[in-house]
Amino acid sequence: MISKEQVAHVAELARLQFSDEKLQEFTGQLDEIMNMVDQLSEVDTDGVPVTTQSVLLENVLRDDVAEKPTSRTTLMKNVPTAKAGLIQVPTIIDKEDD
Amino acid sequence: MNFETTIGLEVHIELKTNSKMYSPAPVTYGAEPNTETNVIDWGYPGVLPSANKGAYSLGLMVALALHADIAPYTHFDRKNYFYPDNPKAYQITQSETPLAKNGYVEIEVDGKKKRIGIEELHIEEDAGKNTHADDGYSYVDLNRAGTPLVEIVSKPDITSPEEAYQYLEQLRQIVQFTGASDVKMEEGSMRVDSNLSVSPIGASQYGTKTEVKNLNSFNHVRSALAYEQKRQVAMLLSGQKIRQETRRWDEPAKETILMRVKEGADDYRYFPEPDLPPVRVSQEWIDDVAAKLPENPAQRRARYVNDWGIPEYDAGVLTNTKEMSDFFEAVVADGADAKQASNYLMGDVSAFLNAQHKELKDIALTPDHLAKMIKLINDGTISTKIAKKVITQIIKNDVDPEEWVRSKGLVQESDPAVLTPIITAILDDNQQSIDDFHAGKDRALGFLVGQVMKQTHGQANPNVVNQILNAELSKR
Repeated sequence: MISKEQVAHVAELARLQFSDEKLQEFTGQLDEIMNMVDQLSEVDTDGVPVTTQSVLLENVLRDDVAEKPTSRTTLMKNVPTAKAGLIQVPTIIDKEDD
Repeated sequence: MNFETTIGLEVHIELKTNSKMYSPAPVTYGAEPNTETNVIDWGYPGVLPSANKGAYSLGLMVALALHADIAPYTHFDRKNYFYPDNPKAYQITQSETPLAKNGYVEIEVDGKKKRIGIEELHIEEDAGKNTHADDGYSYVDLNRAGTPLVEIVSKPDITSPEEAYQYLEQLRQIVQFTGASDVKMEEGSMRVDSNLSVSPIGASQYGTKTEVKNLNSFNHVRSALAYEQKRQVAMLLSGQKIRQETRRWDEPAKETILMRVKEGADDYRYFPEPDLPPVRVSQEWIDDVAAKLPENPAQRRARYVNDWGIPEYDAGVLTNTKEMSDFFEAVVADGADAKQASNYLMGDVSAFLNAQHKELKDIALTPDHLAKMIKLINDGTISTKIAKKVITQIIKNDVDPEEWVRSKGLVQESDPAVLTPIITAILDDNQQSIDDFHAGKDRALGFLVGQVMKQTHGQANPNVVNQILNAELSKR
Protein backbone atom coordinates (compact mmCIF):
# COMPACT_ATOMS: atom_id res chain seq x y z
CA MET A 1 0.00 0.00 0.00
CA ILE A 2 1.42 3.35 -0.97
CA SER A 3 0.89 6.07 1.61
CA LYS A 4 -0.16 9.69 1.30
CA GLU A 5 3.15 10.66 2.91
CA GLN A 6 5.11 8.82 0.21
CA VAL A 7 3.19 10.57 -2.53
CA ALA A 8 3.68 13.93 -0.84
CA HIS A 9 7.41 13.21 -0.54
CA VAL A 10 7.77 12.33 -4.22
CA ALA A 11 5.76 15.42 -5.14
CA GLU A 12 8.11 17.54 -3.06
CA LEU A 13 11.15 16.02 -4.77
CA ALA A 14 9.55 16.68 -8.14
CA ARG A 15 8.73 20.25 -7.07
CA LEU A 16 5.01 19.63 -7.61
CA GLN A 17 2.30 21.31 -5.57
CA PHE A 18 -1.34 20.29 -5.36
CA SER A 19 -4.27 20.31 -2.96
CA ASP A 20 -4.99 17.75 -0.25
CA GLU A 21 -7.94 16.58 -2.26
CA LYS A 22 -5.68 15.85 -5.22
CA LEU A 23 -3.16 14.14 -2.98
CA GLN A 24 -5.89 11.72 -1.91
CA GLU A 25 -6.84 11.11 -5.52
CA PHE A 26 -3.22 10.62 -6.74
CA THR A 27 -2.46 8.27 -3.86
CA GLY A 28 -5.27 6.02 -4.96
CA GLN A 29 -4.20 6.19 -8.59
CA LEU A 30 -0.54 5.54 -7.80
CA ASP A 31 -1.52 2.63 -5.62
CA GLU A 32 -3.32 1.05 -8.54
CA ILE A 33 -0.30 1.63 -10.78
CA MET A 34 2.01 0.08 -8.20
CA ASN A 35 -0.26 -2.94 -7.94
CA MET A 36 -0.18 -3.35 -11.68
CA VAL A 37 3.60 -3.11 -11.81
CA ASP A 38 3.78 -5.51 -8.90
CA GLN A 39 2.39 -8.24 -11.12
CA LEU A 40 5.90 -8.45 -12.55
CA SER A 41 7.06 -10.02 -9.30
CA GLU A 42 4.97 -13.07 -10.20
CA VAL A 43 7.43 -13.90 -12.97
CA ASP A 44 10.01 -16.47 -11.92
CA THR A 45 13.38 -14.71 -12.37
CA ASP A 46 15.56 -17.26 -10.61
CA GLY A 47 18.75 -17.70 -12.59
CA VAL A 48 18.11 -14.63 -14.75
CA PRO A 49 21.05 -12.23 -14.47
CA VAL A 50 20.40 -8.67 -13.32
CA THR A 51 20.31 -6.29 -16.23
CA THR A 52 20.48 -2.52 -16.36
CA GLN A 53 19.43 -2.06 -19.94
CA SER A 54 17.00 -3.20 -22.59
CA VAL A 55 19.25 -3.00 -25.67
CA LEU A 56 22.11 -5.45 -25.86
CA LEU A 57 24.82 -2.94 -26.64
CA GLU A 58 28.02 -2.07 -24.85
CA ASN A 59 30.91 0.36 -25.32
CA VAL A 60 29.07 2.82 -27.48
CA LEU A 61 31.71 5.46 -26.92
CA ARG A 62 32.64 8.64 -28.71
CA ASP A 63 36.22 9.81 -29.39
CA ASP A 64 37.20 12.92 -27.47
CA VAL A 65 36.74 15.35 -30.32
CA ALA A 66 35.02 18.68 -29.76
CA GLU A 67 32.33 19.76 -32.18
CA LYS A 68 30.97 23.23 -32.75
CA PRO A 69 28.60 24.19 -29.95
CA THR A 70 25.00 25.18 -30.58
CA SER A 71 24.83 28.94 -31.03
CA ARG A 72 23.88 30.87 -27.94
CA THR A 73 21.35 32.92 -29.88
CA THR A 74 19.53 29.73 -30.88
CA LEU A 75 19.62 28.26 -27.38
CA MET A 76 18.49 31.52 -25.79
CA LYS A 77 15.29 31.50 -27.85
CA ASN A 78 13.79 29.21 -25.22
CA VAL A 79 15.06 31.27 -22.30
CA PRO A 80 12.36 33.56 -20.88
CA THR A 81 14.83 36.16 -19.61
CA ALA A 82 18.56 36.46 -20.20
CA LYS A 83 21.08 39.06 -19.16
CA ALA A 84 24.61 39.45 -20.51
CA GLY A 85 24.44 35.98 -22.02
CA LEU A 86 23.35 34.42 -18.72
CA ILE A 87 20.07 32.67 -18.00
CA GLN A 88 18.02 34.56 -15.43
CA VAL A 89 16.34 32.39 -12.79
CA PRO A 90 14.64 33.07 -9.45
CA THR A 91 17.13 33.62 -6.64
CA ILE A 92 18.69 30.44 -5.42
CA ILE A 93 19.15 30.70 -1.71
CA ASP A 94 20.54 27.39 -0.75
CA LYS A 95 22.11 24.77 -2.92
CA GLU A 96 21.06 21.19 -2.43
CA ASP A 97 23.84 18.67 -2.57
CA ASP A 98 25.69 18.32 -5.82
CA MET B 1 37.32 11.97 27.96
CA ASN B 2 39.51 11.53 24.92
CA PHE B 3 38.18 11.51 21.39
CA GLU B 4 39.25 10.16 18.07
CA THR B 5 38.52 11.93 14.82
CA THR B 6 37.38 10.48 11.52
CA ILE B 7 37.59 12.52 8.37
CA GLY B 8 36.18 11.76 4.94
CA LEU B 9 37.09 13.68 1.82
CA GLU B 10 35.28 13.79 -1.49
CA VAL B 11 37.43 15.29 -4.18
CA HIS B 12 36.07 16.31 -7.57
CA ILE B 13 38.63 16.60 -10.33
CA GLU B 14 37.93 17.98 -13.80
CA LEU B 15 39.41 15.79 -16.47
CA LYS B 16 41.39 17.57 -19.17
CA THR B 17 39.45 16.73 -22.31
CA ASN B 18 38.55 18.49 -25.55
CA SER B 19 34.87 17.71 -25.28
CA LYS B 20 32.30 17.10 -22.57
CA MET B 21 31.49 13.81 -20.87
CA TYR B 22 28.20 13.09 -22.60
CA SER B 23 28.14 15.66 -25.41
CA PRO B 24 30.65 16.74 -28.06
CA ALA B 25 30.49 20.41 -26.97
CA PRO B 26 33.95 21.86 -26.32
CA VAL B 27 35.44 22.19 -22.83
CA THR B 28 37.25 25.46 -22.24
CA TYR B 29 37.95 27.62 -19.24
CA GLY B 30 36.89 31.26 -19.20
CA ALA B 31 34.80 31.37 -22.41
CA GLU B 32 31.89 33.79 -22.85
CA PRO B 33 28.85 32.53 -20.88
CA ASN B 34 26.72 29.88 -22.56
CA THR B 35 28.81 29.78 -25.74
CA GLU B 36 30.36 26.33 -25.20
CA THR B 37 27.22 24.28 -24.88
CA ASN B 38 24.89 22.31 -27.07
CA VAL B 39 21.37 20.93 -26.94
CA ILE B 40 22.50 17.86 -24.99
CA ASP B 41 23.97 20.01 -22.20
CA TRP B 42 20.72 21.97 -22.08
CA GLY B 43 18.70 18.76 -21.72
CA TYR B 44 16.53 19.40 -24.76
CA PRO B 45 13.82 16.82 -25.42
CA GLY B 46 14.88 13.96 -27.64
CA VAL B 47 18.64 14.42 -27.37
CA LEU B 48 20.83 11.37 -26.84
CA PRO B 49 24.03 11.54 -24.79
CA SER B 50 27.17 9.63 -25.79
CA ALA B 51 30.03 8.82 -23.44
CA ASN B 52 33.47 10.30 -24.10
CA LYS B 53 36.03 7.51 -24.46
CA GLY B 54 38.96 9.89 -23.91
CA ALA B 55 37.47 11.04 -20.61
CA TYR B 56 36.92 7.45 -19.52
CA SER B 57 40.54 6.65 -20.37
CA LEU B 58 41.73 9.61 -18.26
CA GLY B 59 39.57 8.30 -15.43
CA LEU B 60 41.27 4.91 -15.83
CA MET B 61 44.64 6.64 -15.74
CA VAL B 62 43.80 8.35 -12.44
CA ALA B 63 42.54 5.00 -11.09
CA LEU B 64 45.81 3.30 -12.05
CA ALA B 65 47.88 6.11 -10.53
CA LEU B 66 45.94 5.59 -7.27
CA HIS B 67 46.49 1.80 -7.34
CA ALA B 68 42.76 1.14 -7.56
CA ASP B 69 41.02 -1.97 -8.90
CA ILE B 70 39.26 -1.15 -12.15
CA ALA B 71 35.73 -2.41 -12.63
CA PRO B 72 35.65 -4.58 -15.74
CA TYR B 73 31.97 -3.89 -16.42
CA THR B 74 30.14 -0.74 -15.43
CA HIS B 75 27.03 1.21 -16.24
CA PHE B 76 26.00 4.81 -15.71
CA ASP B 77 23.28 5.93 -13.32
CA ARG B 78 20.94 8.88 -13.11
CA LYS B 79 21.04 10.96 -9.98
CA ASN B 80 17.87 13.02 -9.91
CA TYR B 81 17.74 16.53 -8.48
CA PHE B 82 16.28 19.89 -9.38
CA TYR B 83 18.59 22.81 -9.63
CA PRO B 84 19.01 25.51 -12.28
CA ASP B 85 22.67 24.62 -12.95
CA ASN B 86 21.50 21.31 -14.39
CA PRO B 87 18.68 21.65 -16.92
CA LYS B 88 18.27 17.87 -17.35
CA ALA B 89 17.18 17.63 -13.71
CA TYR B 90 19.55 14.72 -13.29
CA GLN B 91 23.26 14.11 -13.31
CA ILE B 92 24.69 11.12 -15.15
CA THR B 93 27.11 9.47 -12.76
CA GLN B 94 28.29 6.00 -11.73
CA SER B 95 26.67 4.99 -8.50
CA GLU B 96 26.25 1.22 -8.47
CA THR B 97 29.36 0.26 -10.39
CA PRO B 98 32.05 2.94 -10.02
CA LEU B 99 35.01 3.10 -12.39
CA ALA B 100 37.37 1.70 -9.74
CA LYS B 101 37.56 0.76 -6.07
CA ASN B 102 40.12 0.22 -3.34
CA GLY B 103 42.93 2.57 -4.17
CA TYR B 104 45.31 4.34 -1.86
CA VAL B 105 47.54 7.35 -1.40
CA GLU B 106 50.64 7.24 0.74
CA ILE B 107 51.22 10.19 3.05
CA GLU B 108 53.83 11.15 5.59
CA VAL B 109 53.01 13.05 8.77
CA ASP B 110 55.68 13.75 11.41
CA GLY B 111 58.07 11.36 9.68
CA LYS B 112 55.56 8.51 9.80
CA LYS B 113 54.26 6.95 6.60
CA LYS B 114 50.60 6.07 6.36
CA ARG B 115 48.38 4.68 3.67
CA ILE B 116 45.04 6.44 3.15
CA GLY B 117 42.56 4.20 1.41
CA ILE B 118 40.37 5.28 -1.45
CA GLU B 119 36.92 3.77 -1.30
CA GLU B 120 36.04 4.36 -4.92
CA LEU B 121 36.35 6.72 -7.84
CA HIS B 122 33.70 7.33 -10.43
CA ILE B 123 33.05 9.32 -13.57
CA GLU B 124 30.37 11.98 -13.64
CA GLU B 125 29.55 15.34 -15.17
CA ASP B 126 29.94 18.81 -13.76
CA ALA B 127 27.04 21.23 -13.37
CA GLY B 128 26.78 24.78 -14.69
CA LYS B 129 27.74 27.83 -12.69
CA ASN B 130 25.30 30.01 -10.77
CA THR B 131 25.91 33.61 -9.91
CA HIS B 132 23.77 35.13 -7.22
CA ALA B 133 23.10 38.77 -7.95
CA ASP B 134 21.58 41.28 -5.56
CA ASP B 135 18.80 42.20 -8.00
CA GLY B 136 16.61 39.37 -6.77
CA TYR B 137 17.69 36.89 -9.41
CA SER B 138 20.36 34.27 -9.95
CA TYR B 139 22.15 33.83 -13.26
CA VAL B 140 23.22 30.61 -14.92
CA ASP B 141 26.14 29.88 -17.22
CA LEU B 142 26.02 26.33 -18.60
CA ASN B 143 29.54 26.27 -20.13
CA ARG B 144 30.78 24.02 -17.32
CA ALA B 145 27.72 21.75 -17.50
CA GLY B 146 28.79 18.33 -18.69
CA THR B 147 32.53 18.78 -18.10
CA PRO B 148 33.98 15.34 -17.26
CA LEU B 149 34.74 14.82 -13.59
CA VAL B 150 36.22 12.05 -11.57
CA GLU B 151 35.09 11.97 -7.95
CA ILE B 152 37.49 10.37 -5.50
CA VAL B 153 36.08 9.21 -2.17
CA SER B 154 38.44 8.45 0.69
CA LYS B 155 38.04 5.62 3.20
CA PRO B 156 37.60 6.61 6.87
CA ASP B 157 41.36 6.36 7.39
CA ILE B 158 42.10 10.06 7.86
CA THR B 159 42.29 10.88 11.55
CA SER B 160 43.58 14.46 11.71
CA PRO B 161 43.32 17.74 9.79
CA GLU B 162 47.05 17.50 9.00
CA GLU B 163 46.57 14.03 7.47
CA ALA B 164 43.72 15.45 5.40
CA TYR B 165 46.04 18.21 4.17
CA GLN B 166 48.80 15.75 3.27
CA TYR B 167 46.33 13.44 1.54
CA LEU B 168 45.07 16.27 -0.63
CA GLU B 169 48.60 17.45 -1.41
CA GLN B 170 49.68 13.94 -2.46
CA LEU B 171 46.50 13.34 -4.41
CA ARG B 172 46.94 16.62 -6.28
CA GLN B 173 50.55 15.79 -7.10
CA ILE B 174 49.81 12.26 -8.28
CA VAL B 175 46.93 13.34 -10.49
CA GLN B 176 48.85 16.33 -11.84
CA PHE B 177 51.75 14.14 -12.92
CA THR B 178 49.40 11.86 -14.87
CA GLY B 179 48.39 14.89 -16.94
CA ALA B 180 44.72 13.86 -16.60
CA SER B 181 43.80 17.17 -14.95
CA ASP B 182 45.24 20.59 -14.10
CA VAL B 183 44.03 20.03 -10.51
CA LYS B 184 43.91 23.74 -9.72
CA MET B 185 41.79 24.71 -6.72
CA GLU B 186 41.78 28.35 -7.82
CA GLU B 187 40.33 27.49 -11.23
CA GLY B 188 37.92 24.94 -9.81
CA SER B 189 39.50 21.97 -11.57
CA MET B 190 39.92 20.41 -8.11
CA ARG B 191 37.20 20.81 -5.47
CA VAL B 192 37.00 19.36 -2.00
CA ASP B 193 34.06 18.51 0.23
CA SER B 194 34.94 17.24 3.66
CA ASN B 195 33.18 15.64 6.56
CA LEU B 196 34.32 15.04 10.11
CA SER B 197 33.08 13.23 13.16
CA VAL B 198 34.50 12.63 16.60
CA SER B 199 33.76 9.78 18.97
CA PRO B 200 35.10 8.68 22.36
CA ILE B 201 38.21 6.53 21.90
CA GLY B 202 37.22 2.90 21.62
CA ALA B 203 33.60 3.61 20.69
CA SER B 204 32.15 1.04 18.31
CA GLN B 205 30.36 3.58 16.15
CA TYR B 206 31.43 6.73 14.38
CA GLY B 207 30.04 9.96 15.75
CA THR B 208 27.54 12.10 13.85
CA LYS B 209 29.36 13.83 11.07
CA THR B 210 29.17 17.37 9.84
CA GLU B 211 30.00 18.41 6.33
CA VAL B 212 32.06 21.47 5.41
CA LYS B 213 31.74 23.02 1.98
CA ASN B 214 33.16 26.02 0.10
CA LEU B 215 36.76 25.08 0.77
CA ASN B 216 38.95 27.03 -1.61
CA SER B 217 42.40 25.83 -0.63
CA PHE B 218 44.07 22.94 1.16
CA ASN B 219 44.90 25.35 3.99
CA HIS B 220 41.23 26.17 4.37
CA VAL B 221 40.41 22.45 4.49
CA ARG B 222 42.93 21.97 7.27
CA SER B 223 41.73 25.02 9.23
CA ALA B 224 38.05 24.17 8.80
CA LEU B 225 38.57 20.56 9.92
CA ALA B 226 40.63 21.66 12.94
CA TYR B 227 37.84 24.08 13.87
CA GLU B 228 35.14 21.41 13.48
CA GLN B 229 37.17 18.95 15.52
CA LYS B 230 37.42 21.42 18.41
CA ARG B 231 33.81 22.54 18.11
CA GLN B 232 32.45 18.99 18.18
CA VAL B 233 34.60 17.88 21.09
CA ALA B 234 33.54 20.97 23.08
CA MET B 235 29.88 20.25 22.33
CA LEU B 236 30.14 16.61 23.37
CA LEU B 237 32.00 17.50 26.56
CA SER B 238 29.27 19.94 27.52
CA GLY B 239 26.68 17.22 26.99
CA GLN B 240 25.29 18.50 23.69
CA LYS B 241 24.48 16.39 20.67
CA ILE B 242 26.03 16.88 17.23
CA ARG B 243 23.48 17.50 14.52
CA GLN B 244 23.97 16.27 11.00
CA GLU B 245 24.50 19.54 9.21
CA THR B 246 26.29 21.27 6.40
CA ARG B 247 28.57 24.14 7.33
CA ARG B 248 30.80 26.44 5.39
CA TRP B 249 34.23 27.83 6.18
CA ASP B 250 34.38 31.56 6.80
CA GLU B 251 38.04 32.39 6.21
CA PRO B 252 38.07 35.98 7.59
CA ALA B 253 36.30 34.87 10.79
CA LYS B 254 38.30 31.61 10.94
CA GLU B 255 35.23 29.58 11.81
CA THR B 256 32.66 27.29 10.26
CA ILE B 257 29.14 28.64 9.88
CA LEU B 258 25.94 26.64 9.70
CA MET B 259 24.46 26.47 6.20
CA ARG B 260 21.63 24.03 6.83
CA VAL B 261 20.61 21.11 8.96
CA LYS B 262 20.20 17.85 7.12
CA GLU B 263 16.86 16.22 7.70
CA GLY B 264 16.76 12.64 6.56
CA ALA B 265 18.92 11.08 3.91
CA ASP B 266 19.25 12.68 0.50
CA ASP B 267 16.80 11.16 -1.92
CA TYR B 268 18.26 11.11 -5.39
CA ARG B 269 16.26 8.17 -6.73
CA TYR B 270 19.17 6.67 -8.63
CA PHE B 271 18.42 4.34 -11.49
CA PRO B 272 20.49 2.94 -14.37
CA GLU B 273 20.88 5.45 -17.19
CA PRO B 274 18.76 4.13 -20.05
CA ASP B 275 20.38 6.36 -22.70
CA LEU B 276 23.90 4.99 -22.32
CA PRO B 277 24.89 1.35 -22.83
CA PRO B 278 27.23 -0.19 -20.24
CA VAL B 279 30.99 0.02 -20.58
CA ARG B 280 33.18 -3.06 -20.67
CA VAL B 281 36.79 -2.28 -19.84
CA SER B 282 39.04 -4.85 -21.49
CA GLN B 283 42.50 -5.74 -20.21
CA GLU B 284 43.76 -4.42 -23.53
CA TRP B 285 42.24 -1.01 -22.80
CA ILE B 286 43.76 -0.97 -19.32
CA ASP B 287 47.17 -2.00 -20.69
CA ASP B 288 46.96 0.74 -23.28
CA VAL B 289 46.28 3.37 -20.60
CA ALA B 290 48.95 1.89 -18.30
CA ALA B 291 51.51 2.17 -21.11
CA LYS B 292 50.77 5.90 -21.35
CA LEU B 293 50.88 6.46 -17.58
CA PRO B 294 53.77 8.85 -16.94
CA GLU B 295 56.28 8.46 -14.15
CA ASN B 296 54.72 9.44 -10.81
CA PRO B 297 56.28 12.03 -8.46
CA ALA B 298 57.72 9.36 -6.15
CA GLN B 299 59.47 7.68 -9.08
CA ARG B 300 60.85 11.02 -10.22
CA ARG B 301 62.11 11.81 -6.72
CA ALA B 302 63.86 8.45 -6.52
CA ARG B 303 65.53 9.09 -9.88
CA TYR B 304 66.71 12.55 -8.82
CA VAL B 305 68.19 11.19 -5.61
CA ASN B 306 69.73 8.01 -6.99
CA ASP B 307 70.84 9.05 -10.46
CA TRP B 308 71.55 12.71 -10.02
CA GLY B 309 72.65 12.95 -6.38
CA ILE B 310 69.99 15.48 -5.41
CA PRO B 311 69.23 15.58 -1.65
CA GLU B 312 65.89 14.02 -0.73
CA TYR B 313 64.40 17.27 0.55
CA ASP B 314 65.34 19.10 -2.64
CA ALA B 315 63.91 16.31 -4.79
CA GLY B 316 60.66 16.73 -2.85
CA VAL B 317 60.52 20.46 -3.55
CA LEU B 318 61.35 19.98 -7.22
CA THR B 319 58.52 17.47 -7.68
CA ASN B 320 55.97 19.58 -5.83
CA THR B 321 54.51 20.59 -9.17
CA LYS B 322 54.79 18.91 -12.54
CA GLU B 323 55.67 22.28 -14.03
CA MET B 324 58.77 22.67 -11.83
CA SER B 325 59.79 19.04 -12.25
CA ASP B 326 59.47 19.20 -16.05
CA PHE B 327 61.42 22.46 -16.11
CA PHE B 328 64.20 20.99 -13.99
CA GLU B 329 64.47 17.95 -16.25
CA ALA B 330 64.57 20.17 -19.32
CA VAL B 331 67.50 22.14 -17.85
CA VAL B 332 69.36 18.91 -17.16
CA ALA B 333 68.51 17.63 -20.65
CA ASP B 334 70.08 20.82 -22.01
CA GLY B 335 73.36 19.66 -20.50
CA ALA B 336 73.39 21.45 -17.14
CA ASP B 337 74.66 19.85 -13.97
CA ALA B 338 71.62 18.59 -12.04
CA LYS B 339 72.77 19.89 -8.64
CA GLN B 340 73.51 23.36 -9.96
CA ALA B 341 70.21 23.44 -11.84
CA SER B 342 68.39 22.35 -8.69
CA ASN B 343 70.14 25.00 -6.58
CA TYR B 344 69.18 27.85 -8.89
CA LEU B 345 65.60 26.64 -9.26
CA MET B 346 65.12 26.18 -5.52
CA GLY B 347 67.00 29.36 -4.66
CA ASP B 348 66.78 32.41 -6.89
CA VAL B 349 63.97 31.20 -9.12
CA SER B 350 61.64 30.00 -6.34
CA ALA B 351 62.32 33.13 -4.29
CA PHE B 352 61.28 35.27 -7.25
CA LEU B 353 58.15 33.18 -7.92
CA ASN B 354 57.09 33.34 -4.29
CA ALA B 355 57.72 37.06 -3.97
CA GLN B 356 55.82 37.84 -7.15
CA HIS B 357 53.10 35.18 -6.66
CA LYS B 358 53.86 33.86 -10.10
CA GLU B 359 54.26 30.47 -11.71
CA LEU B 360 57.11 29.30 -13.93
CA LYS B 361 55.00 29.72 -17.02
CA ASP B 362 54.48 33.40 -16.22
CA ILE B 363 58.15 34.35 -16.22
CA ALA B 364 60.69 34.77 -19.02
CA LEU B 365 63.10 32.10 -17.82
CA THR B 366 63.58 29.15 -20.16
CA PRO B 367 65.35 25.85 -19.42
CA ASP B 368 67.76 26.65 -22.25
CA HIS B 369 68.80 29.98 -20.71
CA LEU B 370 69.33 28.50 -17.27
CA ALA B 371 71.40 25.65 -18.74
CA LYS B 372 73.47 28.17 -20.71
CA MET B 373 74.12 30.26 -17.62
CA ILE B 374 75.31 27.20 -15.70
CA LYS B 375 77.61 26.37 -18.59
CA LEU B 376 79.05 29.91 -18.44
CA ILE B 377 79.86 29.40 -14.75
CA ASN B 378 81.49 26.05 -15.33
CA ASP B 379 83.67 27.11 -18.25
CA GLY B 380 84.91 30.09 -16.23
CA THR B 381 83.22 32.74 -18.37
CA ILE B 382 81.41 34.16 -15.35
CA SER B 383 81.84 33.90 -11.60
CA THR B 384 79.05 32.71 -9.34
CA LYS B 385 78.86 36.28 -8.12
CA ILE B 386 78.16 37.55 -11.63
CA ALA B 387 75.77 34.62 -12.09
CA LYS B 388 73.57 36.22 -9.42
CA LYS B 389 73.14 39.21 -11.73
CA VAL B 390 72.59 36.97 -14.76
CA ILE B 391 69.90 34.84 -13.12
CA THR B 392 67.93 37.94 -12.08
CA GLN B 393 68.18 39.15 -15.66
CA ILE B 394 67.11 35.92 -17.38
CA ILE B 395 64.21 35.42 -14.95
CA LYS B 396 62.77 38.78 -15.91
CA ASN B 397 63.76 39.10 -19.56
CA ASP B 398 64.02 36.83 -22.53
CA VAL B 399 67.71 37.45 -23.13
CA ASP B 400 70.48 35.06 -24.05
CA PRO B 401 72.74 34.89 -20.96
CA GLU B 402 75.98 34.74 -22.94
CA GLU B 403 75.09 37.70 -25.16
CA TRP B 404 73.97 39.63 -22.10
CA VAL B 405 77.18 39.13 -20.07
CA ARG B 406 79.29 40.01 -23.11
CA SER B 407 77.27 43.15 -23.85
CA LYS B 408 77.54 44.22 -20.21
CA GLY B 409 81.25 43.46 -20.04
CA LEU B 410 80.73 40.99 -17.23
CA VAL B 411 82.88 38.25 -18.68
CA GLN B 412 85.40 37.03 -16.17
CA GLU B 413 89.09 37.71 -16.82
CA SER B 414 90.87 34.37 -16.79
CA ASP B 415 93.87 35.12 -19.01
CA PRO B 416 97.15 34.78 -17.00
CA ALA B 417 98.84 37.09 -19.49
CA VAL B 418 96.46 39.85 -18.40
CA LEU B 419 96.30 38.99 -14.71
CA THR B 420 100.00 38.30 -13.96
CA PRO B 421 101.24 41.89 -14.48
CA ILE B 422 98.43 43.23 -12.27
CA ILE B 423 99.26 40.74 -9.54
CA THR B 424 103.02 41.35 -9.62
CA ALA B 425 102.39 45.11 -9.41
CA ILE B 426 100.17 44.62 -6.35
CA LEU B 427 102.78 42.39 -4.72
CA ASP B 428 105.45 45.02 -5.36
CA ASP B 429 103.33 47.54 -3.45
CA ASN B 430 102.48 45.24 -0.51
CA GLN B 431 105.68 43.82 0.97
CA GLN B 432 104.04 43.70 4.41
CA SER B 433 101.38 41.28 3.17
CA ILE B 434 104.04 39.06 1.60
CA ASP B 435 105.83 38.93 4.94
CA ASP B 436 102.59 38.22 6.77
CA PHE B 437 101.77 35.45 4.31
CA HIS B 438 105.13 33.77 4.87
CA ALA B 439 104.57 34.15 8.59
CA GLY B 440 101.49 31.98 8.17
CA LYS B 441 98.80 34.64 8.24
CA ASP B 442 96.08 33.47 5.87
CA ARG B 443 94.35 36.79 6.04
CA ALA B 444 97.16 38.29 3.99
CA LEU B 445 96.22 36.16 0.99
CA GLY B 446 92.62 37.26 1.28
CA PHE B 447 93.72 40.86 1.34
CA LEU B 448 95.82 40.40 -1.80
CA VAL B 449 92.98 38.68 -3.68
CA GLY B 450 90.76 41.57 -2.65
CA GLN B 451 93.22 44.04 -4.11
CA VAL B 452 93.26 42.18 -7.43
CA MET B 453 89.47 42.14 -7.50
CA LYS B 454 89.36 45.86 -6.79
CA GLN B 455 91.77 46.60 -9.61
CA THR B 456 89.86 44.40 -12.07
CA HIS B 457 86.42 45.65 -10.94
CA GLY B 458 85.52 42.18 -9.75
CA GLN B 459 86.05 40.57 -13.11
CA ALA B 460 89.16 38.53 -12.38
CA ASN B 461 88.58 34.79 -12.19
CA PRO B 462 89.24 34.04 -8.48
CA ASN B 463 90.62 30.57 -9.21
CA VAL B 464 93.16 31.88 -11.70
CA VAL B 465 94.06 34.77 -9.38
CA ASN B 466 94.69 32.33 -6.52
CA GLN B 467 96.90 30.13 -8.69
CA ILE B 468 99.03 33.04 -9.93
CA LEU B 469 99.22 34.62 -6.48
CA ASN B 470 100.41 31.40 -4.89
CA ALA B 471 102.98 30.87 -7.59
CA GLU B 472 104.28 34.47 -7.33
CA LEU B 473 104.31 34.41 -3.52
CA SER B 474 106.42 31.27 -3.47
CA LYS B 475 109.01 33.12 -5.58
CA ARG B 476 109.28 36.02 -3.14
